[in-house]
Amino acid sequence: MDWVNAVVQGVLVGGLYALFAAGLSLIFGVMRLVNIAHGDLIVLAAFVSLVMVEATGLHPLASLLLVVPLMALAGYALQRGILNHTLGKDILPPLLVTFGLSVILQNGLLEIFTADSRKLNAGALETASLSAGAGIDIGVLPLLMFATAVGVIAGLQFIFYRTAWGRAFRATSDDKEVAQLMGLNIGHVYGLAMALCLAVVGIAGVFLAIRSNFDPSLGPGRLIFGFEAVIIGGLGNLWGTLAGGVILGVAQGLGAQINPGWQVLAGHLAFLLVLAIRPKGLFPRIEG
Amino acid sequence: MSDLLLEVTALEAFYGDFQALHGVSFSLRKGEMLSLIGANGAGKSTLLKALCGLVKAAPASIRWMGRNIGGLPPHDIVRLGIGLVPEGRRLFPSLSVEENLVLGGAVNRLGPWGLKSIYDLFPILAEKRHAPSTSLSGGQQQMVAIGRTLMSNPDLILLDELSLGLAPIVIRDIYETLPRITGNGMSAILVEQDVTRALSVARQFICLQEGRVSLAGEPHGFSRDQITAAYFGT
Amino acid sequence: MSEFSISRATTISRAASLLALLLIVGLAAAPWWATRADLHLIGEFATYVALASLWNLLAGYTGLVSVGQQAYVGLGGYVLFTTALFLHINPLLAIPLAGVVAAIVALPMAKLVFRLQGAYFAIGTWVVAEVFRLIFAQVTALGGGSGSSLPVEAVRSIAASRDMREWLIYWTALVLGVGSVALVYGLLRSRIGLALTAIRDSEIASASLGVRIGQVKFAVYVLVAAVTAMVGSLIFLQKLRISPDAAFSVNDWTAFVIFIVVIGGIGTIEGPIVGTIVYFLLREFLADLGSIYLMILGGVAIVIMLVAPQGIWGFVARRFGISLFPTGYHVTWK
Repeated sequence: MDWVNAVVQGVLVGGLYALFAAGLSLIFGVMRLVNIAHGDLIVLAAFVSLVMVEATGLHPLASLLLVVPLMALAGYALQRGILNHTLGKDILPPLLVTFGLSVILQNGLLEIFTADSRKLNAGALETASLSAGAGIDIGVLPLLMFATAVGVIAGLQFIFYRTAWGRAFRATSDDKEVAQLMGLNIGHVYGLAMALCLAVVGIAGVFLAIRSNFDPSLGPGRLIFGFEAVIIGGLGNLWGTLAGGVILGVAQGLGAQINPGWQVLAGHLAFLLVLAIRPKGLFPRIEG
Repeated sequence: MSDLLLEVTALEAFYGDFQALHGVSFSLRKGEMLSLIGANGAGKSTLLKALCGLVKAAPASIRWMGRNIGGLPPHDIVRLGIGLVPEGRRLFPSLSVEENLVLGGAVNRLGPWGLKSIYDLFPILAEKRHAPSTSLSGGQQQMVAIGRTLMSNPDLILLDELSLGLAPIVIRDIYETLPRITGNGMSAILVEQDVTRALSVARQFICLQEGRVSLAGEPHGFSRDQITAAYFGT
Repeated sequence: MSEFSISRATTISRAASLLALLLIVGLAAAPWWATRADLHLIGEFATYVALASLWNLLAGYTGLVSVGQQAYVGLGGYVLFTTALFLHINPLLAIPLAGVVAAIVALPMAKLVFRLQGAYFAIGTWVVAEVFRLIFAQVTALGGGSGSSLPVEAVRSIAASRDMREWLIYWTALVLGVGSVALVYGLLRSRIGLALTAIRDSEIASASLGVRIGQVKFAVYVLVAAVTAMVGSLIFLQKLRISPDAAFSVNDWTAFVIFIVVIGGIGTIEGPIVGTIVYFLLREFLADLGSIYLMILGGVAIVIMLVAPQGIWGFVARRFGISLFPTGYHVTWK
């Protein structure tokens, strides 16, 4: 029974990992950029939520109303202010600049908030659970996280394939030069993409803050989980990323069942296994 | 004020250290069609790219409707009314035929061209409107590329190597639609490898040779030999 | 017909070679004129020059941007501690052994991470390092998560006297530092270096000329892993203590190294040396600021990447046209 429970919990936490990963996938799809500071931005969002909750006393989920637009704005500014100037044929500049950003974010948060572990209290939501029969309990919060992940991915798919915004993203990703000939300001399009990415990061950050203890050093770990979900699922496929997150979550859950110290390692090993036998991921759509 | 739509004066263009255009000058009136001929590497595509902003140019070297536009970014130049149909079509593979066309119209310029009129011009595209754009035949893709640029209702349309990679009968069909495209006062600059076709379609022509204008004027004013000499630079 | 000669060396590079030789001799003699603290500092300087030169070879010349080299630094450290705790041989011998072990481990790791490209490759190397860290944290024989200290007998077996031990460790650090730079220089002057430059300029063109890109990259990755591990075992010999977090620290073995190479000048041989000097200077004056110091480092790296991506040495070399370690040929007309 413990094993079944572990799988169920793994599936649900996979939703959170998919939330971590969705932004990464989106940005890579649109501008072939991998933001090393992605995980740290998730942690930043968690802290913004913390500040908001402590200031207003509102429920953590309500902080989404402020965190998401704030992060979106920050994303637009970050892209147009710094990241747009790194994009080009060389992979080094964006990688090294986002690496520097990661260091700055981590240490900045450390300075402001210290290394103390924090957590947001979602009240009754945290302990509420539904019974799925046969002794399996599904927490309402994990279920909500998973449902949010599905909703976010569905939303992103909708934006990408059914709106003018998404058309601009796809065209720019296909052919930057010709996209400009169609009147698209590439710098602005990229800014919008990053704004969208960080909006999702904002959602992920709030859920991270509610779900578990967090501190400034958590960034790289979240980046790696997101990255693993993307690679396992296959590049260029958001639903694949959800599947990747689920597989990662289940692998971690099973690993933890064997030995609690093996949780994260089991996830890494699952990732390496997929890399070894299916390098393009399980449901790939574009070339890396 | 003359009815000179476009005035290019001593245009220079560089790719890094390599100079592709040396002091090219010409002008275009409203409603006029100009053919641009020259050997491979003569600078024809570079000239078109400079006009639409993909290649940097000195501000005063390109005057459009009386204002300096050299060096402006492409997304601004499209808004001013210059549209390029790129060499090799370059449709967006992730977009359907209709999405390619709609994107072309995103600049929202007023004019006779819209989805309906494009589908009237190229009925086959209406049938395939939801197909992935790159699943179409070469000739059909060329139609989409032309339609996509028309959607921005340009005052000047730049056509770069329409016939590239297409069968002769397809080329003929496309050229037969040209008068309907430029009929209502749209100016055009046409780059074409096939010299005979290029010279038969336009009233004015320029021949480029190694980045310089080697010959210019009306096609019937020159002999075959003169044009060949200008083309190859003997 | 005018006369001409073709050569690699220039007046400046010859002068630099002479100076370098004098410097190395001087540093080798340091045990006789420097204090113990000085030796430690110079030794540390040498290890960072080594790590930076190696990372530069990987990222700046071969295009393999790894943020996971700490995997091999830590691996080298643990090879040292394993031999010290269980094999009872002179720890200095563990250094070349670490190189061999790392080379063997790097083979399958390379096969895995080479399936990824660009920035995804980078994160992949990070995952590998994390896997190493988590695995070693589970090995109780080596101290598990809290690590272990180097046994006194192992330390004593290096040499009879404490002075001699310090000197031997110091000279080893010097050898690794100078040796890494020499290795990179020698490699780049060889046919492999030519292949790397060709690959850097154009992968497609060089592939069509028969340059076996995949094999070259693979070989360089394994070589760098081996030498990095050797440096790693020396580092932990000096520290006398190891733990998974310290051995596989991203900050110490990757972030600082990247900072050094970027600021010094990526893709140049002199860059890592210049960068290490700058890093040690900054550390001297700013390290008290703690996290703010790290933020400054990060900020400087970002600014350099945006404003002067060729780094300090890259700027100087281009501006004045000098190269202390020439790899290309030039023609002199007579």
